[in-house]
Amino acid sequence: MIEIVSQERCIGCDRCVEVCPTSVFDTGPGGIPVIARVQDCQTCFMCEAYCPVDALFVAPQAEPVEPGSPLRDEAYVTAAGLLGGYRKKIGWGRGRTPGALRAVGPDLPRPTPAPPRKEHR
Amino acid sequence: MTVTGLSPHTHELSAGVFVVGGGPAAAWAAYKAAQAGADVVLADKGYCGTSGATAAAGTGVWYVPPHPAEREKAMAGREALGGYLADRRWMARVLDQTYEGVNELADTGRYPFPPDGAGGQLRRGVQGPEYMRRMRILLRRAGVRILDHSPVVELLVDADGAVAGAAGYQRRHDRPYRVSAGAVVLATGGCAFLSRALGCDVNTGDGALMAAEAGAELSGMEFSNAYALAPEFSSVTKTAYYSFATFYHEDGTVLEGAGSQKGRSVIARTLLTEKVYCRIDRADADAQRAMRLAQANFFLPFDRMGIDPFTQRFPVTLLLEGTVRGTGGIRITGDDCATSVPGLYVAGDAATRELICGGFTGGGSHNAAWAISSGTWAGRGAARHAASLGPLTARRRVSALGGAGLRPTGKPGRPGAAREVVAAVQAEVLPYEKNLLRHEDRLAPALAGLHSTWSGLRASLYGGDGAEVVATRQAAALAAHGRWMYTAALARQETRGMHKREDRPGADPSSRRRLLVSGLDEIQVRPDPVAPVGPQEYAGLRAAS
Repeated sequence: MIEIVSQERCIGCDRCVEVCPTSVFDTGPGGIPVIARVQDCQTCFMCEAYCPVDALFVAPQAEPVEPGSPLRDEAYVTAAGLLGGYRKKIGWGRGRTPGALRAVGPDLPRPTPAPPRKEHR
Repeated sequence: MTVTGLSPHTHELSAGVFVVGGGPAAAWAAYKAAQAGADVVLADKGYCGTSGATAAAGTGVWYVPPHPAEREKAMAGREALGGYLADRRWMARVLDQTYEGVNELADTGRYPFPPDGAGGQLRRGVQGPEYMRRMRILLRRAGVRILDHSPVVELLVDADGAVAGAAGYQRRHDRPYRVSAGAVVLATGGCAFLSRALGCDVNTGDGALMAAEAGAELSGMEFSNAYALAPEFSSVTKTAYYSFATFYHEDGTVLEGAGSQKGRSVIARTLLTEKVYCRIDRADADAQRAMRLAQANFFLPFDRMGIDPFTQRFPVTLLLEGTVRGTGGIRITGDDCATSVPGLYVAGDAATRELICGGFTGGGSHNAAWAISSGTWAGRGAARHAASLGPLTARRRVSALGGAGLRPTGKPGRPGAAREVVAAVQAEVLPYEKNLLRHEDRLAPALAGLHSTWSGLRASLYGGDGAEVVATRQAAALAAHGRWMYTAALARQETRGMHKREDRPGADPSSRRRLLVSGLDEIQVRPDPVAPVGPQEYAGLRAAS
C-alpha cells in the first residue's frame, strides 16, 4: 500500500490525485497531495509510475506495514534505491528507454496437455 | 432530453455512443466508435490509463500471423482445456481482428514493441502502463471525451426498453451525472470480489448488474473461479513465471503434484491446513534476465522485501480473480457484440469469453485479444445503432433502471452497510473449499447464504444521493455475481473447464452446452440454445459453404 509521499521531492502537480484508479489521494492544503483513503489502495504501483519526480513509495504489502517498518522510512527507501524504482524499470522519464522495447520474456516451460477426451468432441 | 427523477445538480451530457469502463476493451470500443463517426463519451470509475487488470500488469496477446497452420494450432491449443465450449468461428474472427488491432497499435499508436532482430517487431505482448497510456493518447486524438473518476451506477432506458444512456457519480466534482446516448457499451471488466488481485479492485462486476437489470442474460458464470498465485503478503497476481517454480511444504520438502498451470488445486488444498512455499528455481540465468525485462512488476514485491525469488523460498497464496480471469460474463447475441437488449453492447471481461476460451481461462493472452476484438466490434456496432436512431435520440423520454443498492424496496438502511455486505459475500466466495474445490454440500449452503444477503440488501441497502452510492452498487454487484456463479455451478452437474466438482468428477457428454443465467431477485438458468462450434462442427460448416 501507499506509504510515502515525499514532502521534499513532491512538486505539487497532483498527477497522483488524477491517475490513482481507486482515488486514494486528495489535493492537500499545502500543495502536497494527502493520502486520504489508504484503505482503498490496491497496491497497483500506478501512482509511482506516473509521479514525475519519484516522490511516492508503495510498499508491496496489500495491508499497511507496521509502524516501525523501514518501508515507511523515506531515508531507507531512498538509500535502498526503491524510491522511483518502478518508473525506472518501465523506462519512463526523460532520457530513458521505454521498458516495453526490451520486454522479451523467456519461453515458458509447458506442462504436457491432457489428452483430449473423445466423448467431448 | 426529457428525464425523470433528476436531482437539480446533476451534470448532464449527451453522446452518440457512451462507453462505460476505461480498460483496453473500453478504449478500443471508444476508439472504433469514434473512427466510425460517432460522438463518443467514455467514463471510467478510476482513470482511463491506469484502471483495471491490464494497466497495472501487462499481458501476452493472442497475436498469430495469418498462416493457416499457425492459426489452426492456436485455435486447437485450448479447446480441450475449455471443455469444447468455445466457438471456432469466433476464434477465427478474434485472431483476424486482434492481428489487425495490434498492428494498428504499433503503426498508429506507436507502441514500442521490441525489435525481433530481423527488421520486424515482436508483437505478442504488451506492458500494461505503456499500452494504456498509448490507448489514452489515441482516444484523445480521436476526439473521445473522457470522464475520469466517474463511476456509472445504472442504465437509462427509453419507453420501449432500449438502452438510452447511463447515470453515475463524479467523485472529483461530487455530483451525480448522466449521459444520454444512442447506444451504450459496457466494458466494465469482470468481477474479482475485491480480493486485492493486482489492479482488480475496480472490477466489481458493475456492468453485469446493470445489464441484468435491463434484462440481458449472462453466460458461463460457473467458470468464474480463477485463483491466481501471489506472494502471500502481496497483490501481484502475475502467474506466468510460476511455471518455473517448485512448491514446498514449510519443512522444505517438495509439495508433490503442485504446479502453476496444473496442480493449483493441490496448492489450494494444502493451503487449507498449512503454508505453501515457492521458489522460482527452474529458470536459468538467461530466463531470469528475460523475466526481469519482460515483467518488471513481477519483481517489485521481492525486490522491496529483499527476497531473491530464484534462490529463496517465499510463502504464496491464491487470490480469487473471479470472472476477470474466468470466462463468464454478459451473453453476446450478435457478431457486433450486441446483447438481447436493444442499444446495449458489451466488450472485454464484462462479456462472456467462452466464445474463444470455453470454460477455461484464456490467461492474459486470450483476454487481451478479446478486449481488442470485442471492443472493436462493440464500438462499431454501437456507432451503427446510434446512427440508425437519427435525431430521435435526443428526444427520448428515459427512465432509470437501478435497483439494489440504489432504490431499496423497504426502509433505507444506515450508511456504511456496503462494507458488511462485501464481507458477507467474500465469506462465501473467497474460500477455496467452497469456490475452487466445489461440492454440492458446500455450494448449496453458500448459495443460500448469498440469497439471504441479497434479500437483505435489496430491501435496505441505500447509498443516498452522494458518493456512497458507488459503494452500495458495488456491494450489490458482488452479491449478484456470487449468486449467479453458484447457481450455475450447481446447475452444471459435471466437471468441465475450470469448474471442478468433487462430487461430479468427469465430464458428461450430454452437458456440452453453455449455461445461461438471468434475473436478480429470482435467478433462472437454462442451456444456451446456440450450440458451441467445436472443431468438428467448424469443419462441417466449412465443408458446407
